[in-house]
Amino acid sequence: MSEVSSIPHSNHDDHHHHKETFITKYIFSQDHKMIAKQYLILGVLFMGFIGVAMSLLFRLQLAWPEQSFAVFDIFLGDWAPEGVMDPNIYLALVTIHGTIMVFFVLTAGLSGTFSNLLIPLQIGARDMASGLLNMISFWLFFLSSMIMLASLFVEAGPAAAGWTIYPPLSALPQAQPGSGMGMTLWLISMAIFVASSLLGSLNYIVTVINLRTKGMSMFRLPLTIWAFFVTAIIGVISFPVLLSAALLLIMDRSFGTSFFLSDIFVQGEVLHYQGGSPVLFEHLFWFLGHPEVYIVLLPALGITSEIIATNSRKPIFGYRAMVASILAIAFLSTVVWGHHMFISGMNPFLGSVFTFTTLLIAIPSAVKAFNYITTLWKGNLQFNPGMLFSIGLVSTFITGGLTGIILGDSTLDINIHDTYFVVAHFHLVMGISALYGLFAGVYHWFPKLFGRMMNKNLGFIHFWITAIAAYGVFFPMHFIGMAGLPRRYYTNTAFPYFDDLANINVVITVFALLAGAAQLVFLYNFISSMFFGKKAEQNPWRSNTMEWTAPVEHIHGNWPGEIPHVHRWAYDYSKPGQKEDFVLQTTPLGKDEKETEH
Amino acid sequence: MTVLLIITILILTGIALWQITKIFELSQLGQKKDDSQIATEKDNDLNGKLMFAFLVFIYAVTIYSFWTYSKVLLPESASAHGPAYDTLLWISFAVILFAQTLTQAVLHIFAYQYRGINNRKAYFFTHDNKLEFVWTIIPAIIFFLLIIYGMITWGKIMNFEEDEDALVVELYAQQWNWKARYGGEDNVLGDANVRFLNDFDGKNPIGIDSSDPNGMDDFVVTQEFHLPVNRKVIFKLRSQDVLHSAYMPHFRAQMNCVPGMITEFSFTPTKTTDEMRMNSDVVDKVNRINKIRFENSKLLTAKGEESLEPYQFDYLLLCAKICGTSHYNMQMKIVVESEKDYEKWVAKQQIFSEVIQ
Repeated sequence: MSEVSSIPHSNHDDHHHHKETFITKYIFSQDHKMIAKQYLILGVLFMGFIGVAMSLLFRLQLAWPEQSFAVFDIFLGDWAPEGVMDPNIYLALVTIHGTIMVFFVLTAGLSGTFSNLLIPLQIGARDMASGLLNMISFWLFFLSSMIMLASLFVEAGPAAAGWTIYPPLSALPQAQPGSGMGMTLWLISMAIFVASSLLGSLNYIVTVINLRTKGMSMFRLPLTIWAFFVTAIIGVISFPVLLSAALLLIMDRSFGTSFFLSDIFVQGEVLHYQGGSPVLFEHLFWFLGHPEVYIVLLPALGITSEIIATNSRKPIFGYRAMVASILAIAFLSTVVWGHHMFISGMNPFLGSVFTFTTLLIAIPSAVKAFNYITTLWKGNLQFNPGMLFSIGLVSTFITGGLTGIILGDSTLDINIHDTYFVVAHFHLVMGISALYGLFAGVYHWFPKLFGRMMNKNLGFIHFWITAIAAYGVFFPMHFIGMAGLPRRYYTNTAFPYFDDLANINVVITVFALLAGAAQLVFLYNFISSMFFGKKAEQNPWRSNTMEWTAPVEHIHGNWPGEIPHVHRWAYDYSKPGQKEDFVLQTTPLGKDEKETEH
Repeated sequence: MTVLLIITILILTGIALWQITKIFELSQLGQKKDDSQIATEKDNDLNGKLMFAFLVFIYAVTIYSFWTYSKVLLPESASAHGPAYDTLLWISFAVILFAQTLTQAVLHIFAYQYRGINNRKAYFFTHDNKLEFVWTIIPAIIFFLLIIYGMITWGKIMNFEEDEDALVVELYAQQWNWKARYGGEDNVLGDANVRFLNDFDGKNPIGIDSSDPNGMDDFVVTQEFHLPVNRKVIFKLRSQDVLHSAYMPHFRAQMNCVPGMITEFSFTPTKTTDEMRMNSDVVDKVNRINKIRFENSKLLTAKGEESLEPYQFDYLLLCAKICGTSHYNMQMKIVVESEKDYEKWVAKQQIFSEVIQ
């Protein structure tokens, strides 16, 4: 460990010479690099493990319905009498799996890790604009995670109304056991989560706008930063709407208001609610819910842009087009939410409008895919694990994204809405793609995070097994969806009509178990490399961006001495006339060198 | 015992992984020991080739899936708007498959072809506005055409006229069953509200307002509802407790049931249940299902349990919106039949005024 106080900070204004204790360094740290690691370990590894494990449990039930499993007995206890999963706990598992993966892993885990790590390091800042807010953001996330996990131990079970928690199901404890204490905890946890996310996002935005080093103009920013920056803006715009939806739902549940409820008769009793509408909740939820897809996806795409360029030894193709498509996606993402509600009872004319905006968003997405592909063209591709996952992301982004053309079309949505076709689509386009981006980022910046390298061979194995398993899980799902099987069914044995889908469900589950096993390889690689990995060089991937000019050992303030200045964009790879195939952003232009036009 | 088995499997998996890592390491023998954990030329070569293999894998999965799984898909539609829906679906699929085949090919072939070689310099190529323009405008045109086509179809399906002679049917959802109500002789549904559910000692299961004369000749059915073929049906959907979704996949029809409001959907059934049972795809599917059920029955009877009934095709109404414990088993049978058979069925029903007497 380098002695923090011994490093000179000549122009670091707010530097305080204080001794760091274990608590201030590892627990209540205000250093962005430590907070990034905290997010990675809690958000990605821990919550990710739980989220994935849950999916394997309900996949077992789907493949071998109503059979007794010892693992159910062990993990579900009374919710799996004699080892047979109860329908209510099936719904709870589906709900919490969705919530954890979407919010905790792919929103907080992904942005929390990489925005925190990379924003200051790639723009040349000593730290986030406010270290204190950053710390509070993480600890609110911690609190929110713990409340969500605590809800798993409530007697009647955790929330079970689907991750979209549509009322009245979520509002009425009489409607299902999970809508009692479990749902209360879900709502409290998410309210705190939103607060955490807002503090984080505001910090990212302010930092990118104000703390760029000299020479780092907006159009010299690496695409990672553009992606994190725009993601934070979408978050600030849309998350408060989820908060208001959650608060109104809490009011309906606990204080007898009727925002979302009207004319309800449940368990032999007419309830007093009058005049509210569940459709209103759907609007509020999806006003966050759809931008959320891009909150999950854009950081992954930003990470991919950086890793593909570095490992292709080529500039990212169409830098400005990439920035423009990020902005276009961000804008359009806030006006497409209605495509989740084509058959909600909303006016059909609105359906047409949302079809139009939805298919518009396919255009910038297509542009991004084409730009990635062109970046590979005539490159000199270095297949580090991060690169494999980045190419994997482009592949699943295409496969999953294309079926969006069907779901985004209000007409076609009629017959596949809420079927397994939807499950297949969004898992590929946002679940798997964003996870690939996350893995790519972990492999690529592990040297920056922990000063050590991850084992590449385990990385290769991790990627190839995951890639095959992901297709094996989600490709067949399109077909059972088009066969008319609705999602969130505890079993499809209640309909003899679906009996011939049983085999497909077994295939899917086998691949899911394989995919789960592959993640153990990653977990092992991660933990063992953290302690025993090979010591990293300063710039192992021979990359251009600024984080690789900072010392390997983490120091408070990132750079000893003055912060380097920036003289060029981030993608001068294999520039003609240069000795090396990369030029750091901090390298001044040569005597006769012209700045790359981009 | 199971726990022991699981532990054994985990240990064996661990050993297998260790061995695979060894293989990867051995494949790097011959060059000087490099433990930098950065991809070498050999790694690039291997992974580049695997990228190509992966393209073949994607194609194989696609072809296999279409080959073996397309038989489980829904049979031809049984409603008037169904063919337009199916055409749009398959046109969209053609576009998707074309784009998928092409872009995955280019992506993985580039990954294979340009796998890294030491000392080769990549081509410095930053941007090309013409290319960007081309691949912005081509998807834009294709999407635009699909949107126009989709919107026209959508308009036709959703903006139905309230014809005089259309049959009005109310689908009523509750946890966890369906009921259907018919307007009776006047084909007009009487007012209804959950507040009337407890009137008449439970004889008013969907809350008809007994002060509305239109409701007196209404009748309510459970388990199955009948529709006359080739007559337009306007569905009025209600729910008494939570969101449900009335999903009738064979008619390419779905609409949510929302407590506190009445939603609508309309279609014209064009094939009777008997006709659909003769459809060759349906016959194949039913045979396949019965074969599976027969095999399962053998297992069940061996255990001393009851065997499964043979399956016969029927149109289905399912719930597609998560609604609680028995969401997975919320079904109603739909029978489409000739006008004559339908009238006979109607004549057998007991109307509301009779029920409450």
